[in-house]
Amino acid sequence: MIEIKNIVKTFSGQEILKDISFVYEPGKTNLVIGQSGSGKTVLLKCLLGLYKPDQGSILFDGEDIVTMSNKNLKKLRKEVGMVFQGGALFDSLNIEQNVMFPLQMFSKMSEEERIDRVNFCLKRVNLENVNRLFPSEISGGMKKRVAIARAIVLNPKYLFCDEPNSGLDPYTAILIDNLLQELTYEYGMTTVINTHDMNSVMEIGERILFIKEGMMAWEGTKADILKADNKNLQDFVFSSELFKTIKSRSI
Amino acid sequence: MFNLISMNIKRIFIYRFGKFTFILEKINAMGLIASFGKYLLFIAEVFRKPERRSVMYRLVVKEVSELGLKSVLFVVFVSLFVGAVVTLQTAANMEGSWMPRYLIGYATRDAVILEFSPTIISLLLAGKIGSNIASSIGTMRVTEQIDALEVMGVNPVTYLVRPKIFALVFFNPLLISMSMFVGVIGGLIAGVLSGECTATEFIAGIQYDFIPFKAVYALVKTILFAFIIASISSFHGFFTEGGALEVGQSSTKAVVYSSVVIIVSNYLLTQLLLG
Repeated sequence: MIEIKNIVKTFSGQEILKDISFVYEPGKTNLVIGQSGSGKTVLLKCLLGLYKPDQGSILFDGEDIVTMSNKNLKKLRKEVGMVFQGGALFDSLNIEQNVMFPLQMFSKMSEEERIDRVNFCLKRVNLENVNRLFPSEISGGMKKRVAIARAIVLNPKYLFCDEPNSGLDPYTAILIDNLLQELTYEYGMTTVINTHDMNSVMEIGERILFIKEGMMAWEGTKADILKADNKNLQDFVFSSELFKTIKSRSI
Repeated sequence: MFNLISMNIKRIFIYRFGKFTFILEKINAMGLIASFGKYLLFIAEVFRKPERRSVMYRLVVKEVSELGLKSVLFVVFVSLFVGAVVTLQTAANMEGSWMPRYLIGYATRDAVILEFSPTIISLLLAGKIGSNIASSIGTMRVTEQIDALEVMGVNPVTYLVRPKIFALVFFNPLLISMSMFVGVIGGLIAGVLSGECTATEFIAGIQYDFIPFKAVYALVKTILFAFIIASISSFHGFFTEGGALEVGQSSTKAVVYSSVVIIVSNYLLTQLLLG
């Protein structure tokens, strides 16, 4: 479980995150939604320890990473998997080497065991026979799946995803969403997903945090969204004609 | 009277101090000092213990191949022709003089070993290798690959920069030694082909009054310049912010700063070792 309490983050005098508190539950897909520039990525980077909040605490199973020593933070990071928006695969390494990278750095497995583990993870994300290809040779959707395989290769307790289906076609986006949810259940991970894709929200939003201009504007589940009377949330979620129609029919 | 002098001194001091701070402001001295401090912290990070030594050795070997071996042909080509030009220019300056012809070989050797190979080749490498390092690390930064390393618990400076510095510091002396050799050979070929001197005269010149310390001085410069190229270029690449445009700017900055620092440290080191 990850718990954030009263997080405030300022850049050049401008408050980007304003007193946000939330609980990300384990074994569930926790979604953070909000417009571009609302502070989702900054919040995620605070959770990852890449930015230090000016105020507040971030508790990973009770341990505050804001006050944690670098040594302990490094240890904790071995339990964290991260899927970046663009995949962030290493260009100079092929797919197999990319997925194997965390194993090479931190595990004591033999070369054979590592290859087995890599193949298992690639298969788990429905990728086969791509081991020798380089990131520049595969599609955007495949890159995301490789990034997910790399994120889960060390059996993490926490999985973070920054807009994992941005730039993907709706079919592939749903595949990625479902894959993330399946993996969350399978490994019992605390999964945090930043998104502004309403398909994702309606598909896998088990716990949702809505951020508006750096402030926590709403929290709930995908079922609550239809009933919510928060105007900002309604404007954000039902901005497209498609979702307006879905809402009117469901009501 | 005493008060008047004292007032004048104070006024002059304030004026001078004002002018000094104005100049500091003009050259953005605080920014430079802050950048230098940031650079020192960055270098301190390079020497932290790596996560896996075996991975580090492999990376150093890879960088030797990427940054060093791929520069060999370039260095050989440039050295051969510049050695030839140095010989022809020396010969042209000695035209009709009483000086013995073997001095052409002597002058070429000293010019190539003392200045051309260690300094000019290093400046060229600052362009070739420096821009490569800055743009590759800069691209990794803007595509979040460096963030990915950090999130995994891998120190990105140790992982990315240390192998580059080690590889260049190790391989540059070899590269420059090769450049010295090829430069002198280029001079010999040009001297003989142009008929300015015979091969025997040129070789006698190469051997004349050879002081081994000069070669040591040249290699010390080479090691320092390799460190400058790798560290400054990595520094600019590592702190790139933005997108493709900024990666290009970092690459340019890396070449400019590396070249300037090489030129200044060349002067200081020469003063220190030969002055």
